[in-house]
This record gives sequence, C-alpha cells and structure tokens, in this order.
Amino acid sequence: MLNLDAGISAPDEFYAALIDAHRGLTMAESARVNARLILLLANQIGDVAVLRAALLRARDGVAGSAAPERRPDTP
Amino acid sequence: MVAEAPGVAFGYVRSADQGAPRPVRHRLVVVGAGPVGLAAAIDLGQRGVPVVLLDQDASLSEGSRAICFAKRTLEIFDRLGCGGEVAERGVSWNTGRVFFRDRELYHFDLLAEAGHHRPAFVNIQQYHVEASLLARARALGGIDIRWQHRVTAVAQDDDGVMLTVATPEGEYRLGCDWLLAADGSRSTVRTALGHTSRGQVFRDRFLIADVRMQAPFPAERWFWFDPPFHPGQSVLLHRQPEDIWRIDFQLGWDADPAAERTPERVVPRVRALLGADVPFELVWVSVYTFACQRMARFRDRRVLFAGDAAHGVSPFGARGANSGVQDADNLAWKLALVLDGAAPARLLDSYCDEREFAADENIRAATASTDFITPKSEISRIFRDAVLELAATCPFARPLVNSGRLSVPSCYAASPLNTPDGDDFTAAMAPGSPAADAPVRVAGVPAWLLDHVGGAFTLLCFGAVPAHLPDLNLTLRRVVVAPHDGTAPSGWQALEEDGTLSARCDARPGTVYLLRPDQHVAARWRAFDAARLAAAVQRATATVAELCAC
Ligand SMILES: Cc1cc2nc3c(=O)[nH]c(=O)nc-3n(C[C@H](O)[C@H](O)[C@H](O)COP(=O)(O)OP(=O)(O)OC[C@H]3O[C@@H](n4cnc5c(N)ncnc54)[C@H](O)[C@@H]3O)c2cc1C
Repeated sequence: MLNLDAGISAPDEFYAALIDAHRGLTMAESARVNARLILLLANQIGDVAVLRAALLRARDGVAGSAAPERRPDTP
Repeated sequence: MVAEAPGVAFGYVRSADQGAPRPVRHRLVVVGAGPVGLAAAIDLGQRGVPVVLLDQDASLSEGSRAICFAKRTLEIFDRLGCGGEVAERGVSWNTGRVFFRDRELYHFDLLAEAGHHRPAFVNIQQYHVEASLLARARALGGIDIRWQHRVTAVAQDDDGVMLTVATPEGEYRLGCDWLLAADGSRSTVRTALGHTSRGQVFRDRFLIADVRMQAPFPAERWFWFDPPFHPGQSVLLHRQPEDIWRIDFQLGWDADPAAERTPERVVPRVRALLGADVPFELVWVSVYTFACQRMARFRDRRVLFAGDAAHGVSPFGARGANSGVQDADNLAWKLALVLDGAAPARLLDSYCDEREFAADENIRAATASTDFITPKSEISRIFRDAVLELAATCPFARPLVNSGRLSVPSCYAASPLNTPDGDDFTAAMAPGSPAADAPVRVAGVPAWLLDHVGGAFTLLCFGAVPAHLPDLNLTLRRVVVAPHDGTAPSGWQALEEDGTLSARCDARPGTVYLLRPDQHVAARWRAFDAARLAAAVQRATATVAELCAC
C-alpha cells in the first residue's frame, strides 16, 4: 500500500538535501542522478506492488493518462 | 565472407507419390527439416507414427545460426536418442560474466546445484545438431525424408489437408490427415492459410562473426556493455567446438548491413577485442535484425505450427531453437495419441494452450533483454546506464542487469491437463513442471532419472508399489524408487537413490507422481489411489467429457 500521508522525518531538511544533490549539474547530469536515486530508493522499498502504485501515482496527470501498453505491431 | 559449409548435402530423390494418378494420402506430413521438424519427426517415429518429412533444401542449416542449446533441449534429445552425441560434441558451460566498460560487474551460475546429467548449456553449431537429429531419424526408419520437395500451396477442409509440392521434376499433390508446419520464420504454410506472426521488430542490427582461433578465454558466456573496444554498444562472446568462437557485435540501427559484412570492417572489430597479436580466421559473418512475434493460435483445424513458424524471439536468451524443440516435445505425444484414436482431437488444443503460454513467456523475456541491450529512448538509456553503474558496487542492482535471460523450460502451471495438488506438497515439481533430473542407480549402476521416465505416461512411486493398477487404455511406464524390499515386481523398473530425488520431488514413502510422455508432471499424491490415477490420466489426455479450462 502506497503511503500518501506525511512520512518523512525532517521534511525541510530532506527537500534541501534533494535540491542540493543537483546543485551545479546540467539537466543531463541531473537525470543520471535521479535515475540512480530512484533505483536506490526502489530497492529500499522492495515491494513491487508499492513501486507500481508509486509509478502510477507519479505519472498521473502527466501527458494525459496512464502509461500506454507496449507498442504493438511496430513494423 | 568466408563461408564454412557444413559439407552435408542430400540429393533429390523422386517419391513414388509423384507418379500417382490421384494424390496419395498420408497420415502425417511434417514441413521443414530444421531442428524442430526433425525433433518432431523422430518423436513421432519413435511412437510408431509413419512420417513424411518435406524440406525445400538439400542441405543442413547453412552458416551460423543457433549455438546455445539448453539443458532441457539436451534432455529432450536424450529421450529422442541423440542427446549424448550433441552433448559430447558441444562445449558445456554454466557460467556467464557481465562486463561494463573496462571491468567485470558480476557473474552468474546457471546450474548452481550438482546432480543433473546435463549442463545448463552446450554450445554447438546448429548444423551439427541437425546432423545428429538427421542421423537418428534415418536410423529409426519409418521417416520418409524428401529433400528438395518444397510446399507451395496448402488447402484444408474438415477432413484433411492437401499440399502442392514443387520438386526439380515438377509439382505433385499430396494429401494428409494432419500437417505439422515447422517451416521456419517465413513459413509458407502459415502464409498459405492466411495467418501471420505478429509482434515487434527491433530497430537494431547485430554482426555475427564466427572466428577460428586459439584463445585463452574459458568456456563461459561473456557479455560486455559499452566496452572500450566497441564503445557505446554491446558485445557477446561464446565458445563453440573446433576452436571456433562466436562474437556478436551490436551495431545500431543505422549501420549499413552490406558494408558491415565485409572483412575490411569485421577484421578490425575482432582485432579490437582480441588484441593485435592474436591470429584468427573468419569462418562466418552475417548481419541480423531481430523480431519478437507469434501467431495468434498454433493450431488451425488439421494444421499445427511449431518452432519459428509459430513464434520468433530475439536471440539474447537462446530461446528460439530451444523453445521450438519444446514445441515438438509437447506436440508429438499428443498427436500420436490422436492419430491412434486414443485421445480426441481437442487434446491438440492443449498444445496451443501450453506452447502459446510458453511463447509469451519467451517473448516477454527476450523483449525485456532486448529493451535493456537496446534502450528505446533517452530516459531508458539513462536508467540502463544507472543500473550498470550501480551494479559495479551494489549487489541489489545486479539482478536488474539484463544481458539475456537464458532459456529455461516453461512450467505449464495453468494447463487444463494438470490435476491440481490436493495433498500437501512444496511448490517445486508442481503439476505442469518438467521433471527435474536426479542421480539414481539401477541395480547398483549409476544412472539418471530422466532416462527412466517419459516416452509414455509414467507412474513414479516412492517406496511402495500399488497392489493393482486401473485399466487405463494406454501404456503406463512403471517406476518404483527404493522399493521396500529392494526388488520390484515384474513390469516395474526399480531405481535406488541417495535422497536427492526424494528431496527434489518432496517425496515421502507412498508418494506417487504421474508424469506425461514429455516428462512434465500431470499429478501427484501422497498415497496411491487407482480412481484418482485413472481420472488424472483422462484429464491429461483430454478424454474427460467436460474439461474445465481453469
Ligand atoms: C544469429 C542467430 C543466432 C541464434 N542463436 C540461437 C541460440 O543460440 N539458441 C537457440 O535456441 N536459437 C537460436 N537462434 C534461433 C534458431 O536458429 C531458430 O529458432 C531455429 O532454427 C528454428 O528452427 P525451426 O526448425 O523452427 O526452423 P528452421 O531452422 O528455419 O527450419 C525450417 C526448415 O523448413 C524448410 N522450409 C521452409 N519453407 C519450406 C517449404 N515451403 N517447403 C519445404 N520446406 C521448407 C527450410 O529449408 C528449413 O530447413 C538463432 C538464430 C539466429 C539467426
């Protein structure tokens, strides 16, 4: 079950650290940092059901709707 | 390009059918003498079914195609009578290593436990495998192999199938009750009947270079992501017999296939990997693209589709020929029972249920590997590289690295042929799974379980032999493991064991397994019961009137 209630012990500290982690990086470098961060956090969570719920929630409202099915029949 | 022909060619021979005033009708025709058609023909031939096997060519598979043959395929070949030859000729391997840039990320062992006859894989050229199958088919007799007989048209009605076959001497027509289409990815039979194989074509190209050399690499699968000698792309190295090595270079979609095949391009790529001072000789070069696709249904009335004709996968994972041989393994016993009138034709629908499920599993695995090796967007490349970078130091990231999920047999867990567990068992060897091998002894002599089960339905009893068996209307192979008094009654094969077999089967004294002719588990119980056995056999042969498709 994806927890949407407040769960981070020191919100301001975490947020500042998150922004700090990207200080001085280009968008491309930030994308690399984010990718690693997501993988590290995903492993910490572990439960694929929770991760799927988080992925859905994260995508919600972006570019319209839910993730499309895999492209079928691409020539 | 230096092509090494396998050196085996077969002449065209005229068949008596060609002069017949009306089309001769056979019970079963197999189209395609590739690994799948040959395996099916042998399996059916061993069951006494006369087979006509047609192939448009007059030689074995040319050049370099499949090289990795999986444990399960070798076990099936053992049952077909040529597993030993293939295994001995091939290079056995169990270990894969994954490299990223200039360092090793991790390695994996595909067969971590002892006590199996066959290794996780042997590498051997497809034409050697086909040669072994062909020799076996010929020795068996009853298989009418017709080279240079090319199927050009197919028509069927409820009653049978009619083929048009082109030969160097012109066309003739041939009828059959059942047709097995094992005619490869460009299947004529599939097209002739209006079917297609649908899926995804990958926008990437791969160069296959088979080189002969004396090299210090071990018999392992080595896979590099972004190595210094081939930056930005992947490379795969495999050892084959006869000092031949397969090197597979990812080229990207924009590569020019014709130019990339030339020695001027290939030799420097190989040198970059090997170093300037390693002498080598190019044996075969080709450039491939890959697709993952399958037919919607593997049966169309009296025509069954198997192997590449029915489905295709990208090669990372070696699931093409391996899954095709499992198709043959699944289909042959069912077709033989239907041809004998011992089971209704709907048993063949279970071939579709089971092997379409397997094809989906293989396509999912191969697609996931291909997506990892060839990321399709910038963000997927970023995640892919993040996984690789983390994997060097963080064990958690290693299972996410996907250089190919290597072929394992499918477990038909949801098959309508299974009798679900009623008694308390561990998950391993559940109904639908292929039987795991185990070391056994026959009168003190070391042997393997899988050489003593399958072919026919097999009753595998632990400890006790049932007092009497129900009348089953089909042959039942009877095997007892560690009988109480050390001997088995006549008609029973006694096996001794060291505990490995019992552990793999979660067996206690009294436990009984019913194995199908393809060695998959149909049912298992803690105690023998004649009525339950009879019901399980009926279910596994689709002879129960109302089969619930659960
Ligand atoms: C580069 C490469 C590497 C691969 N590596 C592996 C691997 O390591 N492991 C693995 O398991 N798989 C691998 N594969 C896949 C494997 O080669 C195929 O899955 C396998 O050959 C399929 O066998 P088949 O019998 O279904 O079809 P095929 O081998 O294609 O045989 C079909 C036969 O049908 C005949 N035929 C076709 N049309 C007609 C007609 N109209 N009339 C009569 N005869 C006809 C052909 O002559 C041919 O003999 C690889 C493939 C490639 C290209």
